Amino acid sequence: MRLRKTLAATAAGIAVAAGLAACGDAGSDKEGVKVDAKKDCDDKFEAGSRMAELAKAGKITVGHKTDQPGVGFQGATDKVPSGFDIEVAKLLIADLCIDPASDNVNWEETISDNREPYLESGKVDVVLASYSITDDRQKVVGQAGPYMVTGQQVLVATDSKVTGIDDLKGKEVCSVTGSTSLENVKAKGAKGVGADSYSECAEKVLDGTYEAMSTDGTILAGLAAQNEGKLKVVGDEFSTENIGVGYGKDHPEMCEWIDGVLTDAFEDGGWAKAFELTLGPSGVETPEPPKLQACK
Amino acid sequence: MAASVLFDAPGPATRRRHRIYTVVASAAILAAIGYALWKLNDDGQFEYALWEPFLTPDYLRALILDGLVDTVTMAVFAILGAVVFGFVFGVAKMSDHAFVRWPAWVVVEFFRAMPVLLLMIFVFFMWFISMQGSFLWIDQRSGFFSVVIALTCYNGAVLAEVVRAGVDAIPKGQAEAAYAIGMRKSQVMTIILLPQAVKVMLPAMISQMVVALKDTSLGYAVAAPGLTKVGQAIYKEFHNQVQAAIVLAVLYVGLNLLLTALATWIQRRFVGENKIDVVTVAAGIESQSRA
Amino acid sequence: MQAVLDNLDEVLKGFGYTLFLFLVCAVASLVLGTVLVAMRVGPIAVLRLLATTYVSLVRNTPLVLIFIFFHFAAPIIGINFRWVQVHIGTFDFTSAFATAFVALSLYTACFVCEGLRSGVNAVPMGQAEAARAIGLPFGGVMTQVVLPQAMRASVPPVASALIAMLKNTSVAGVFFLAEALAVMRGLTNDNASQRLGIFLCFAVGYIILVEIVSLISLSLERRWRTA
Repeated sequence: MRLRKTLAATAAGIAVAAGLAACGDAGSDKEGVKVDAKKDCDDKFEAGSRMAELAKAGKITVGHKTDQPGVGFQGATDKVPSGFDIEVAKLLIADLCIDPASDNVNWEETISDNREPYLESGKVDVVLASYSITDDRQKVVGQAGPYMVTGQQVLVATDSKVTGIDDLKGKEVCSVTGSTSLENVKAKGAKGVGADSYSECAEKVLDGTYEAMSTDGTILAGLAAQNEGKLKVVGDEFSTENIGVGYGKDHPEMCEWIDGVLTDAFEDGGWAKAFELTLGPSGVETPEPPKLQACK
Repeated sequence: MAASVLFDAPGPATRRRHRIYTVVASAAILAAIGYALWKLNDDGQFEYALWEPFLTPDYLRALILDGLVDTVTMAVFAILGAVVFGFVFGVAKMSDHAFVRWPAWVVVEFFRAMPVLLLMIFVFFMWFISMQGSFLWIDQRSGFFSVVIALTCYNGAVLAEVVRAGVDAIPKGQAEAAYAIGMRKSQVMTIILLPQAVKVMLPAMISQMVVALKDTSLGYAVAAPGLTKVGQAIYKEFHNQVQAAIVLAVLYVGLNLLLTALATWIQRRFVGENKIDVVTVAAGIESQSRA
Repeated sequence: MQAVLDNLDEVLKGFGYTLFLFLVCAVASLVLGTVLVAMRVGPIAVLRLLATTYVSLVRNTPLVLIFIFFHFAAPIIGINFRWVQVHIGTFDFTSAFATAFVALSLYTACFVCEGLRSGVNAVPMGQAEAARAIGLPFGGVMTQVVLPQAMRASVPPVASALIAMLKNTSVAGVFFLAEALAVMRGLTNDNASQRLGIFLCFAVGYIILVEIVSLISLSLERRWRTA
């Protein structure tokens, strides 16, 4: 009897919800910059190079972040991700004559710890996921670029008087548990509070529980852009991160190709356009394109 | 006003007093609810825009089809695994051979005394962090497997105790009679004891299922699929935390009530009324107090 | 395992937070649980309904959701714990701790209530009837006769609710509090090769704490046992 009553109540509830379900119209389309695939790739790449293989196959797998607005983000119902990393990835994909908006691009979510394993095993072809170039990483994977130079800064509410990490000595500053950002915060004398993700930290800064959060400037800019007008990025950079493109170490020819595409994008304004669209709304000025590191 | 064993049938003075208490209490509760609703309205929490995602087909589909189904799938796999684990280790704990009994005891005590979240995070970092791809209809199988394995181990350890207590609760005469007609230990266990024990253990097992269902929400820490993840994605996009929390709570509570009602029905159909709590208390299981 | 030894002070601090949280929440949930059980068995129907609804709702809600509510939803409607600033030695008990305290206490209180209620139900009817017969009112029946005896019977379920709460403090580690689990995640991230050793150290830490509480409850049971 109780079971039957509960089942009836559930069925009624579902019916009501289904009836109302047609009413809503939330959500938005995040298309980003429309990039057309280049034509004529048949002889563009050296035979046997990875780029030629990818262009011939017409498919590519890209690793990216999904929880960094403005940098690499994918909402609950978004079919494709959005953000600065994604825009740069689109430029690379287009150069292989693959349409970035098509289903031939497999966008694969990566988290910080699985970027190297994915590249080593070949599960992804390239990684653009706030991926800092470091010597340690270059022992196991290849990294080209950087396509962005950033450093750790501080994110506060728009009306806050804080101007940098030094103003926050002894105060609680939020970052992600286990990240280098948190270590750097503690090293600067502030009390580091560990959260599960950067957007959680942003929520806490928004509602005033913590005065500030700290991580790479690009990620902060993305969070500020998402919360238009309520947050601002302050402070000088107290660390330096060169954000680059990751690729499998057994395809060293990709480095020059990536550098080539990036150089073109720096020169013809494509890179600047991508920045303005994704991180511009944060109020951060479009910087100069970074100087590329030599390929090893 | 009914008489209970703790207080007598109230006389007129008491009835008057109780009426005053009731009126005061009801007024206080209604005032509190009214204030809460008014405050919410004042903050604009009843704005349509904040509730809209839950009425939009796309998001509803993500919530129900992805979130709910993923959560239930994880719970089902965890429960099946836990039942197997529980029976294997429960029987092992009752073995006559010490080299089987002691390791089983260690394993069960180890997994019982540890927080599930610890186990989940460890399993995730150890084996699944580089796993990519899908499994059946689940999109990210790394989080999925971490949750399922951690829940299997924990609930399995608890069920092992339930199995042991269930078998212990069977009258000794059953086992003695079985030995008297010449059955071996394994036959006694499988033919006589376990089938009877299952009837006794059913409510405890089903209460662990509710625990398993609730615990799938711990997957939050390993980015596992499920209701919580979808709800989180929604409130990150629309900044409607309060609404998302309410909708998620309704869904979880509804799911659990459904499962509990199912459990009560099964218990009544196959087992009959009470007399079961012996096992629950004897096993010392924490029924639903797990996260 | 080396990483744990190198960062022993951080690890111990993490377990310190765990212990503090456990102690404070244990007290709060016992108090709240007692109030709830009094409401549930009392003569006033409205209060009975309120307590029953509260317990049913909270029992069926995951703890993670309650944490999410208090951390992310509550500040929007004005409930926040920014004002909590208690500093003892190197321990900072600020909003993260306060939120964890509230969430965990509210959650565990309903299981403590259920445990106490089963204890009250275990008291033989004759006791309560005799108390009524000599004219004690509800308050007297409860405090003089029923509750003292109920304590004894309720030790196992309440103890198991508290042990579950000790393990549930780990959830706070995912929500801004630097307790044992959070420290483990940090160490594992930095020293990925020592994952197994680090995990075993922390597992043993939790097991020790759980066993201590179990032993205390067992000794209480033994002390209060009649016949």
